[in-house]
Amino acid sequence: MKADVQERPETASAGHVVADRVIGDVVLAVDNVSLAFGGVKAITDVSFDIRKGEIRAIIGPNGAGKTSMLNVINGFYHPNQGTITFKGKKRSQMRPYIAASQGISRTFQNLALFKGMSTLDNIMAGRALKMRRGLLWQALHWGPALAEEIRHREAVEKIIDFLEIQHIRKAPVGKLPYGLQKRVELGRALAMEPELLLLDEPMAGMNLEEKKDMSRYILTVNDQFGTTVALIEHDMGVVMDISDRVVVLEYGRKIADGTPDEVQRDQRVIDAYLGISH
Amino acid sequence: MNAISAPADAFASALDTVPKLLLQNARQHGSRPAFREKAYGIWQTWTWAQTKDEIEAFAVGLKLLGVTAGETIAIIGDNRPHLYWAFCAAQSLGAIPVPVYQDSVAEEMAYVLTHAEVKYAVVENQEQADKVLSIAGDIGTIRKIIYNDPRGLQKYDPSGLVSLESVQDAGRTALKADPAVRKAWLDGIAAGKGSDISVMLYTSGTTGRPKGVMLTQENVVVSGRNANLFDHFTPDDTMVAYLPMAWVGDHIFSYGQAFAGALCVSCPESPDTIIEDRREIGPTYFFAPPRVFENMLTQIMVRMEDAGWLKKKLFDYFLKVARRVGEPILDGRPVSFGDRLRYRIGDILVYGPLRNRMGFSNLRVAYTAGEAIGPELFSFFRSLGMNLKQLYGQTEASVFITLQPNGEVYPETVGKPGPDIQIKIAENGEVLFKSPGVFLRYYKNDEATAETKTADGWVHTGDAGFIDQRGHLRIIDRAKDVGRLNNGTLFAPKYIENRLKFYPEIKEVVAIGHGRDFVTVMINIDLTSVGNWAERNNVIYASYQELAAHPDVYAMIERRIDELNKSLATEEMVAGSQIRRFLILHKELDADDGELTRTLKVRRSFISERYAPLLSALYDGTTRCQIKTEVTFEDGRKGVIEGDVKIVDMKTYPPVKAAVREAAE
Repeated sequence: MKADVQERPETASAGHVVADRVIGDVVLAVDNVSLAFGGVKAITDVSFDIRKGEIRAIIGPNGAGKTSMLNVINGFYHPNQGTITFKGKKRSQMRPYIAASQGISRTFQNLALFKGMSTLDNIMAGRALKMRRGLLWQALHWGPALAEEIRHREAVEKIIDFLEIQHIRKAPVGKLPYGLQKRVELGRALAMEPELLLLDEPMAGMNLEEKKDMSRYILTVNDQFGTTVALIEHDMGVVMDISDRVVVLEYGRKIADGTPDEVQRDQRVIDAYLGISH
Repeated sequence: MNAISAPADAFASALDTVPKLLLQNARQHGSRPAFREKAYGIWQTWTWAQTKDEIEAFAVGLKLLGVTAGETIAIIGDNRPHLYWAFCAAQSLGAIPVPVYQDSVAEEMAYVLTHAEVKYAVVENQEQADKVLSIAGDIGTIRKIIYNDPRGLQKYDPSGLVSLESVQDAGRTALKADPAVRKAWLDGIAAGKGSDISVMLYTSGTTGRPKGVMLTQENVVVSGRNANLFDHFTPDDTMVAYLPMAWVGDHIFSYGQAFAGALCVSCPESPDTIIEDRREIGPTYFFAPPRVFENMLTQIMVRMEDAGWLKKKLFDYFLKVARRVGEPILDGRPVSFGDRLRYRIGDILVYGPLRNRMGFSNLRVAYTAGEAIGPELFSFFRSLGMNLKQLYGQTEASVFITLQPNGEVYPETVGKPGPDIQIKIAENGEVLFKSPGVFLRYYKNDEATAETKTADGWVHTGDAGFIDQRGHLRIIDRAKDVGRLNNGTLFAPKYIENRLKFYPEIKEVVAIGHGRDFVTVMINIDLTSVGNWAERNNVIYASYQELAAHPDVYAMIERRIDELNKSLATEEMVAGSQIRRFLILHKELDADDGELTRTLKVRRSFISERYAPLLSALYDGTTRCQIKTEVTFEDGRKGVIEGDVKIVDMKTYPPVKAAVREAAE
């Protein structure tokens, strides 16, 4: 509900140890990235960076290349040109496994949950990379494997509590309403305890109340766990309210980059996006 | 005037306050469970000894914060052990807890908090803290907000907010440092008297502003103790606390009775998980307003619609058996061997699993009250072997006025006066009572106190009723709601509404007829039930409004009303109030729009003002009416719903002289 970044008080209250909201160094940089599918140019020479602890929004009209950009960042697409620097290591292409194990997790525009599985199991799946015991141990479900599962279950329960989805803990996610599925997907991404959280339209198709809830979760994740967030979102109110910096894409090119205020005043952005009604 | 009095229970005791009961329970039942709460999916338990320690630390911490005797402390949130402890901690210091409905919006809260001159607020979480913070400036008297769940609150300005944990920690430190602190606390409790004010409960207010009902320690303690005696509750009994803490029912059941009898209270994980949590806990004592039972029945029926052929056949057959012999078996009346055997098989195949599904496998006693329960609904649950009973009460009585004793349960009555309680009927039909639970007075409202409470201690209930031959009280309606049609026929709107609400498709009904030529009703369909029907019949709809206006839905409701009219025609008293016309409202009645009270009762007069165009259309013969209604969303924003509402004429039947009069059994 406190949806205004500028207004968030900077002082930590007495008696609580909390991560202070500090925007740090560049954690991920995209330099001169271009991506083409055959003759279709999805992204052309785009550069921007994401700083530690910030909420970074990527906006732009439909087909601007936003999701492609996220896919490049977590290694699902391999760019034709350019480099991605994550935690100081420069790569010409990311690989999903590296991205995941290095602390990048994401949610998807069109939901990619295991529909037949319960909320609990879906979020538990997000812990897979953190499990140390092999298949045999897990099958035995005894001793160290059991202890490990209990530890991970606790982490998952904390996420369930955080996202207020206790009532659907055991429900198969395929039967849940869309807004709740989005929440479960966020839960799965959080289960990886990511450093960088990529959210692809986390509020698409939600009603006002669900959007408010989702904004609150994103802000809290960012605020209390210090998680860096990069998000794509179409709801301009939300974007301008919660993000620290915004990068604007149009037809695969970057046309603006700056604080929400700067971007909103930018004439090219107004022309391309904000000022024109579809 | 005829008065009935129940045998007085001469229970003289020094345990006349809740904090004294706490100390007693910690001594006598120290290792028995007192409170349970689910945290991260696992039930956590506090014994009575631990509960005492927690409350002690909390109370001492509150004292360090500056709480003194006579000050009011608001308690806002869902049912949480820590919030129940807040009651006792405040009371042990002589402070007065004021629970507030946790789902009320900030403005509603502002009235109560201002009126009660609240000095501190104990809140559950950020949501409630935000509400109190937003109005704290206007109220002006609040010194500190104490929160239970710290999530999202860490970065708030710490000058006005403090966590419950840190209050308790401060208390623990002080207790450790100086033994005199504990002694002072215990001395404070020992000095408490039964006549002290224990709690202030604001009535939900079907009419006008909420009134602060002041109850004494004795009111709560004696009412709790008598109720425990009445149903033989022991420390083995357990319940799930899920009704609003600001409601007198929850306060007496989950607090008064629990402390008086050392019962165990379990708090659900979240308001959405109650059904699951109830299944896991398996309460022996359960209370729910009729609405909750209605929902359960609807859920069962909806699920059975989707069940396989065999299951459905079994269900239908054994339900028929239960309907015939279930209640007699429950009441210990003679039933043939064959029927007992059939019922036994049914219990294994159908009733047992159903009870388990609802979390009633261990149930000993269940009560319903708040509104009249449909007889069919009532009998349904009883026939499954659940000892469901009705009670009649109100805030001003610390709940209990009459209760149905085991073996004397008649659906149409609300039972006999409880222990130590007397009732009488005034000339105008209004029920009056006198009991150990009679409230002290309304806070800062002597005028209302004088209107309600007579000089010699009788309290006006505002309900019309009579005492039948068996000595049981029957409530017809609110005394002021019982009206007459223009031709003089008696019109009891509640009666008609309750009869219609038994149908799973119908969620809410407003019956109109007083001072009119005939009876009409406005209906809210039940979205769960009708939605399920729509799904199965390929009826496509986008909103409540669209579904409500669907011709097939209208036809379905029409059939129901026709059934009711036929049935009303056979009942002498009400044959004249058969329904002549009806409509289905274009929006769901909602407490946020002021159409229902916070306890979800229909606010009739408000509705008839708000839907005045619909009302006149019901009586001027038109068949369509355009209506525009302002609605309030959950976040407080307002919007407008516009719609075209169809009105349908119904057939009425000539009164049938009832040849067989065996209404009761």
